[in-house]
Amino acid sequence: MSSTAHATAAEPASPLLEIRGVEKRFSLSGDFLEQLKFKGGKLVREQKYVHAINGVDLDIQRGEALCVVGESGCGKSTVARTVMGLLHPSAGEIRYDGERIDDLSHQALMPYRRRMQMIFQNPYASLNPRMTIQQTLEEPIRLHHPDWSPQRVKQQVAEVMASVGIAADWGARYGHEFSGGQRQRIAIARALAVDPEFIVADEPISALDVSIQAQVLNLLMEAQQQRNLTYLFITHDLAVVEHFGTRVAVMYLGRVCEVAPTATLFARPRHPYTQALMSAIPRLEDDRPQHIRLQGEVPTPVNLPSGCVFHGRCPHANARCRSEIPELIVSDDGSQVACHAVEEGRID
Amino acid sequence: MALLDVTNLDVRFALRRGDVQALRDVCFSLERGERLGIVGESGAGKSVAAFSLLNLIAKPGYIAGGSITFDGQELTAMSDRGLRHVRGHRMSMIFQDPMMTLNPVLTIGEQMVECLKAHRRISTREARAISLRKLEQVQIPSPSARLDQYPHELSGGMRQRVIIAIALLLDPDIIIADEPTTALDVTIQAEIMALLLELCEKHNVGLILITHDLGVVSQVTQRMLVMYAGRVIEQGPTREIINDPQHPYTQGLINALPQMATPGARLNQIPGSMPSLDNLPSGCAFHPRCGFVARADGSTRHACTDEVPDFVTSGNCRVACHMVAEMLDRERIPAEEIR
Repeated sequence: MSSTAHATAAEPASPLLEIRGVEKRFSLSGDFLEQLKFKGGKLVREQKYVHAINGVDLDIQRGEALCVVGESGCGKSTVARTVMGLLHPSAGEIRYDGERIDDLSHQALMPYRRRMQMIFQNPYASLNPRMTIQQTLEEPIRLHHPDWSPQRVKQQVAEVMASVGIAADWGARYGHEFSGGQRQRIAIARALAVDPEFIVADEPISALDVSIQAQVLNLLMEAQQQRNLTYLFITHDLAVVEHFGTRVAVMYLGRVCEVAPTATLFARPRHPYTQALMSAIPRLEDDRPQHIRLQGEVPTPVNLPSGCVFHGRCPHANARCRSEIPELIVSDDGSQVACHAVEEGRID
Repeated sequence: MALLDVTNLDVRFALRRGDVQALRDVCFSLERGERLGIVGESGAGKSVAAFSLLNLIAKPGYIAGGSITFDGQELTAMSDRGLRHVRGHRMSMIFQDPMMTLNPVLTIGEQMVECLKAHRRISTREARAISLRKLEQVQIPSPSARLDQYPHELSGGMRQRVIIAIALLLDPDIIIADEPTTALDVTIQAEIMALLLELCEKHNVGLILITHDLGVVSQVTQRMLVMYAGRVIEQGPTREIINDPQHPYTQGLINALPQMATPGARLNQIPGSMPSLDNLPSGCAFHPRCGFVARADGSTRHACTDEVPDFVTSGNCRVACHMVAEMLDRERIPAEEIR
C-alpha cells in the first residue's frame, strides 16, 4: 500500500484545478451617485468593499477530496462560487485541467460546466418547486447534450436515479413531497446526471439531521469511488472533514492559513487558528472542554487588519505579525502554514 | 422532591384534519442545580417539550394531559398571572436565534431594564446597575457601552451573551436553553457553552439544554433524555448513555457520528427518516428503521410492530424498547431453567 502512495507522490500529476492569487471584493457603496459624499466642503467619491477572499492559492489534485473549513464569513463559500464561475474573481486566475477558465465567455464555459457540478447547502431552496423530479434531472442533460434523443435522456436519468438510491416512481413527484435528506439525494443526482469529474459541494450536509448526514456522506463517498470524482468540499464541521477529506485547507478572513493532508492536520495542527478551531470541537469523551480561548471575535472583512489577518486574536502575535502578511510555507511533512511564528520556530 | 417534575406530559396540536400528538407520555425531573440535556432530531418534539414547561405552546397547540410541578406548584393549571411570575423570574429561556430574540428597536439597556421593572419594584437607576453587573458576569467587553447599543451593533456571539445576561437577570432557578449555540460558529459556540456551564455551576442554576449535538450534551449535562417522534425513548446519566447506549436509535445516533468511524470508511447510517407525527407507524415508532425487529435467531419480535414499548430499567437508565426488555427478562431467568 505504501509503495503505491510513494509512486504517486514521486511524480506529481498536474492538478485538476489551480487557484492562483484569487481575490474577490464586493462593493458596498452602490452606484456612482451613492458613492459621492461631502467631506470638508468638497465632493469626494468614496468606495467601500467587503474583502471576501484575499489572495487564495490552492491546488486540487485528481481524485482527491479537498475540504475547506472555516467559520462563517471566512470566504469559503465565495471560493466555491468563484471556482464554479458563479462569481468573477476581482484578481487572480483559476485554471481547470491546465486551461484558464475565469475569463471565459458564457458560451466558452459550457464544456467546463458539464465537467464541474455543484451541490448546494439547502436542498429546500436548490430544487425548483414547479418541476417534477424527472424534469429536474432531465434539464441539465438536455442542456449539455442537445443532440441526445428523449429515450437516451430518460435512460441516463434512470441510471443516475438508481445509482443514488432514488426509487423510479419519485420521478413524477415534486420536491416538496420529500424530506431534507431525500431532497439532498435528488440534488446529488442532478449534479451527477451529466457525468461530471469535479464536484463542488457547499455545506451539503449542514441543513440535515445527524442520522441523515451519515446517509448523504456515505452516498458522496460511494459516488467518489464509483465515478472517480474530485471534490471541493466546503464545511464548518471538522468531524466531517476528518472522515471525508484527503486534504484540508483552513481559511480565516479570506485567506488560507493552513493546508495539509487530513491525518497530518488532525495529528498536529500548526497554525494557532487551526489549533483553536480543533480544540473547540465538542467531543463525546469524558473530559471537560479544554479549548483554547481566543480573544475577541472575527474582524469585519470591510476593514482588514494589517499584516496577518489573525493577529488581533492570536496569542503568539508580535510586531512582525502586525505589519507583514505571512505567506504559505511548505514544511517537510507536506503541510503548508502561513504563520510567522511557525516559520520562525517561536511555536512548534 | 425534585425542583421540577414532569409526568405523562401530553401535548397536542388541534388541526383541521384532527389532533396531532406532538408529545406523548413525557416524564422527567430536574433537581436544583442539575443540568439535563434533551437530544433528538428535528421533529422529535424537544422544542415543544421545552416550550410546554413554561406553558408557551401557541394555539392550536395545547397541553392535553399530564402534569408539570415546579417547586410544589402545578404549572398546567396555573393562571396567566401566576405563570408570568414564574416565566423569566423562576425559569428563564434562551432561544436559538439571538437576532430574533432581542428587540431591534430598543437598546440592550432598555430591554434589560424593562425586564427587571416588570418583575420588581425598583428604580431605573437600580435596574441599570443590576443590568451592568449581569453584563460583566457574561464577560462582554466594555459592558457599560453595550447598555446603550442596539442589538444590530453586536456580533452573534455577543448577542447570545446579552441573552444569557437577560436570562440571568432575575436569578432564576432554571434556565431552559433551546439550541443556544446552533446559529454560532464553532469557536464562539465553545466559548458560549463554557460560559453557560460556568455560570450555572457558580449560581447553582439548573439547566435544561435542548440540542441535536451529542458532543455538547456529553460535555455539559449530567443527565439526558433522547427523544424520537414525540416520545422519550431513553433517559439516564449522560455518561452512561453516551458510553453504553441501550436503545437502537440512540446507538444509531452515536454510531452515525463521523468520529465513531475510521476515516474514509463507510459511516454507520440509520436507514430511512423520522416518521411524521400525524402518520406514526404502529407499535414502536422506530421499528421501520430498527435493525433489531428480527431476533438473532431469525424470528420476528412482533411486539415491536404491534405494541408501544414501556420503559424498562437497565442499570441507571430507563429505556423504551422491546428488545432491551426481552434481553433483561432473559437475564433474570436462572441459568438452570434455560438449560
